[in-house]
Amino acid sequence: MLGTAIIVFREVLEAALIIGLMLAATRGVGGRLKWVISGIGGGILGAMLLAVVADSITPMADGMGQELMNAAILFVAVIMLSWHALWMHKHAAEISQKIKHVGQAVSAGDKEPIILALIIGLALLREGSEAVIFLYGLAAAGSNASDLLIGSTLGILAGVAAGSVLYLGIARIPIGRLFQVSGWLIMLLTAGMASQAVSYLVQADLFPPLGYAVWDSSFLLSQSSIIGHVLHILVGYVDQPMGIQVLAYALTIGLLVAATSVMNQRQEKVPA
Amino acid sequence: MLIQERHNHMRIKGIIVLIALVFSSVALATSGNQYELTITNHRFEPAELTIPANTKVQLLVHNKDNSIEEFESDSLHREKIIGPNKSVIINIGPLPPGVYQFKGEFHEDTAQGRVVVK
Repeated sequence: MLGTAIIVFREVLEAALIIGLMLAATRGVGGRLKWVISGIGGGILGAMLLAVVADSITPMADGMGQELMNAAILFVAVIMLSWHALWMHKHAAEISQKIKHVGQAVSAGDKEPIILALIIGLALLREGSEAVIFLYGLAAAGSNASDLLIGSTLGILAGVAAGSVLYLGIARIPIGRLFQVSGWLIMLLTAGMASQAVSYLVQADLFPPLGYAVWDSSFLLSQSSIIGHVLHILVGYVDQPMGIQVLAYALTIGLLVAATSVMNQRQEKVPA
Repeated sequence: MLIQERHNHMRIKGIIVLIALVFSSVALATSGNQYELTITNHRFEPAELTIPANTKVQLLVHNKDNSIEEFESDSLHREKIIGPNKSVIINIGPLPPGVYQFKGEFHEDTAQGRVVVK
């Protein structure tokens, strides 16, 4: 039961942390809760569907179906998160002004809520499908049903607790700085996902690793420790990164920083 | 549906061939360097595998258990789900000499193994 709880916790942790971060980062955006819930619902449904077809995906593309699918989900998430980061950058000033002075939400427009739902849905899709496959496997192997139910509930609750801690931690930041901090956090999350996506492409033998361990910090902080794992999810911490992972990480941050500075310049040019 | 599937499959294959050509430095793995690994009762057999340094090899991992497993290794940078009674291919290398640990993420207490690169 405890073993089940720990594995389910590990699988839902990523989605829980991303939901916590996104909820904190979209404070003051009108109607976001509806879209977050749609994202969670869609993600869970998608995870179950993905779990059903997982066995037929693996042998695709000469046995590299799983790798390509994971890389594809991660790359789509990277694009969505980048879009979101830039949208927030554009609207952060307006949102924090409105919250401070009128306590009113800004309109999210047409696209932003869908992007928000997709980010959350994709986060649940990948690891969620693994949790579903794992639990289904246990059930099929004839494990005690109440043990399974209690174990997975405990695991999910622990994940939700971790996501809530992150949400509450970020929500404590004063509104003036909140979007700056959450903007950076989302940028690091995006870069970490890009680095994970290229890692899957190396595994599929499509990309060269460019060195298997550019550095080894496992003696300082192991990636399999709890803190290492949380940092791996949130900021893409890898204790023995491949060269191409470092490259993808730096490239993502470089592109996002460049895009925001172009936006800043444009905003300055527009007369107030 | 079948035609559509085959079409998609061919398209994926086409994309792979294209990327493989672009990254021509990455030679496609040859079936000559294949090693087999079996999971029974949540243990890897053999638990230690010796492979040549700086050579690309393929691990053919068979899961003989009725439960799902995830082959995971931080140092090998590999992570792959293996369904109950299924087999998967895991590309490894070319690696510098050393010892690389791997584990079955869903049964960590017993499913431990290592690749020795010489």
